[in-house]
Amino acid sequence: MTPGRPVQQPHNAAASARATQRESMVWPHRNLLTLEELSADEINLILETAEAFEDVSTRSVKKVPALRGRVVVNLFFEDSTRTRTSFTLAAQRLSADVIDFTAKTSSLSKGESLRDTVRNIEAMGIDVIVSRHPAAGANHLIARNVKCCVINAGDGRHEHPTQGLLDIYTMRKAKGRIDGLKVAIVGDVGNSRVARSNLHGLLKLGAQVTMVGPTTMVPRVFEKMGATVEHDFDAVIGEFDVINMLRIQTERLGSNVFPSLNEYTRLFGLTNDRMKLAKPDVLVMHPGPINRGVEMSGDVADGANSVILEQVTNGLAVRMAVMFLCTQALGAGS
Amino acid sequence: MRSGNIVIRNGRVIDPSQAIDEIADLVIEDGKIAAIGSRVVDGTGAAKSGKLRSGAEVLEIDATGKILCPGLVDMHVHLREPGNEDEETIASGSAAAVAGGFTSIACMPNTMPAIDNEAVVEFVLRQAGRAGLCNVYPVGAITKGREGKELAEMGQMVRAGAVAFSDDGRGVANPNTMLRAMQYARMFDKLLIQHCEDPDLAGDGCMNAGLTATRLGLPGIPALAEEVMLQRDILLAETTGAAYHAAHISTAGAVELVRRAKQRGIRVTAEVCPHHLLLTEEAVADFDTNYKMNPPLRRQADVDACRVGVADGTIDCLVTDHAPHGADEKAFDFQAAPFGIVGLEIALPLFAQALVHAGLISWPQLVERMSTIPAQLLGIKKGTLRGGEDGDVTIIDPAETWVITPDRFCSRSRNTPFGSQKVTGRVTQTIVGGHVKFDVSSGVNYASDAMATMMVA
Repeated sequence: MTPGRPVQQPHNAAASARATQRESMVWPHRNLLTLEELSADEINLILETAEAFEDVSTRSVKKVPALRGRVVVNLFFEDSTRTRTSFTLAAQRLSADVIDFTAKTSSLSKGESLRDTVRNIEAMGIDVIVSRHPAAGANHLIARNVKCCVINAGDGRHEHPTQGLLDIYTMRKAKGRIDGLKVAIVGDVGNSRVARSNLHGLLKLGAQVTMVGPTTMVPRVFEKMGATVEHDFDAVIGEFDVINMLRIQTERLGSNVFPSLNEYTRLFGLTNDRMKLAKPDVLVMHPGPINRGVEMSGDVADGANSVILEQVTNGLAVRMAVMFLCTQALGAGS
Repeated sequence: MRSGNIVIRNGRVIDPSQAIDEIADLVIEDGKIAAIGSRVVDGTGAAKSGKLRSGAEVLEIDATGKILCPGLVDMHVHLREPGNEDEETIASGSAAAVAGGFTSIACMPNTMPAIDNEAVVEFVLRQAGRAGLCNVYPVGAITKGREGKELAEMGQMVRAGAVAFSDDGRGVANPNTMLRAMQYARMFDKLLIQHCEDPDLAGDGCMNAGLTATRLGLPGIPALAEEVMLQRDILLAETTGAAYHAAHISTAGAVELVRRAKQRGIRVTAEVCPHHLLLTEEAVADFDTNYKMNPPLRRQADVDACRVGVADGTIDCLVTDHAPHGADEKAFDFQAAPFGIVGLEIALPLFAQALVHAGLISWPQLVERMSTIPAQLLGIKKGTLRGGEDGDVTIIDPAETWVITPDRFCSRSRNTPFGSQKVTGRVTQTIVGGHVKFDVSSGVNYASDAMATMMVA
């Protein structure tokens, strides 16, 4: 296979009719670094490919041979259990071999450089690097220095494209569309890679995105990126089809972006009372892990509107799709 | 040639210190400026004989079509010696300087150890003398170890040859420390050069705070970080009467603060770098660390304001903030990579592009801002072609178009965003104390026996 050839759809019955509409579509990307750089068609192709993979998880034998013989490395410079586990399972369901490489960033800036680390890893015959790094742009740096696929599993506050994709996938599945949806992203937007990936993906597919949070967390500059910015959650909560609540990083309390968790919850938490102001069929989402009682109440997290666990489930199919498509662009020779 | 006698013929002689701009010949005799005029060469009979009237050997340079001006002065350079000689030495930085037309440079004290006592000042001068390429003037630290706490021994450093004081690389954050420094430095009438950046407002920022930083998820350095400290310092300078110089200003707000301070008669001066006149924050979009410097690249409105500031004299002079870094360090991710880019070897055409070719200032005004004014600010007897002064002369071909090739730099570092760029205006010869230290056709003349005449502040 050579980069740029038409995408070969996975062989199973669930390969939907919609996917065939895009059968002439070329997947040109060896890497998935951002949603900002993808077109609407490319995002849709990932979503449709994910749809085709979804039933693999419900079979008795939860595997397809799409990545047999490929090696995926999870390269995590930042702690993560959920995302890494999800990528590991996704790769295994595609029959890839998976290894974990956990590195301390502190050793990188002093000793071995990031460039050396990834070149070493690639020299072991790796096909896909799934990387999370606390610095924005670090995964771009990795991609510039290797020939294998690089999938961004989060780079600082920049992007977390597979989270954005699985959120969009979940919205589309529950609501049947993205075009015209009104989506709120609530919380520490300025520091959130989840918010940025959601914003880019949702805008490209025609949704309206409102960023909600205190002025210190949701700067007006997000308007220049296409979002609406609101600081009074109660005033606008009734408008939304989807509310995506971001996790509050309690360690940011000392930096004066908000005075206390209590005040944050009063103003921006998805409490039981505030939920009454929302549309009855509003979709409640959260990238996890939840601070119950801070950004949302336990009742809301576990309630009928919540699709938080579906997000986790859908993450597998989306990550399978991303790894499948990117390795298609890799070609057989490398 | 060794005797320091040169006749430069038929050049456009620009000397803002004497309001000269005419086609003329220039004679350097025994390392000093001897004469300027249309007939001096004929008068001495040097044209054909190859000798001066005194009978001494003379080097003749034909400068037809070229600009001939007092040697350029860069008052903001980072040499990495002592401490990081793999990135730059005083010798390699001096070579880069003459290759860029600079005959005098002032080096900042953020070395390891810092230039914060007379011994390090003397070390720098000694190494500069050994290199024997250009005049190097050490800038001493304002505070010991550049830690912003205790004043460094300014008086002893002045006696050893320090020409100004700065904690450059960081600002003096404590207002009382800065107040004391200004009061104390008045005694020596030396310039205090401030890197205007409030550390709390700048935080862990690595590029301009704004749309691009928000998009990329990179922490930002707001314009406010620069302007808050500058405004504070202007009040301190007004109170103390100290000579205060704002290093590498980069925002429209900073330009306006300096403009208003000057209108009120406060002793405030300012400088700007080529990249802040040519590039904006959007250049960072690909996380290329060659666009990471401090202050960071700002918005187009800031670039425009800085250009206007240079044109109307609000910004007094032009500097490189030459900041060498190794390729390995610059290969870190954007947040981890060090701030700074090199600039000595390419500053002249870049400033010409931003200011002269853009129609904002004339060549004489460019020479004034790259030579006469910085020399005056530092209080050094440079930046002039007056008879009897040192024979430091830069010859420029204003029309030559060439391509910037970092691999050919004399600097030990290559970190520049301007590689492969086509520029117009080229230094063809750099003459220091009557000796050709750089010729574009043969490169840097490293023979160092001629520096006996070098001025030590």
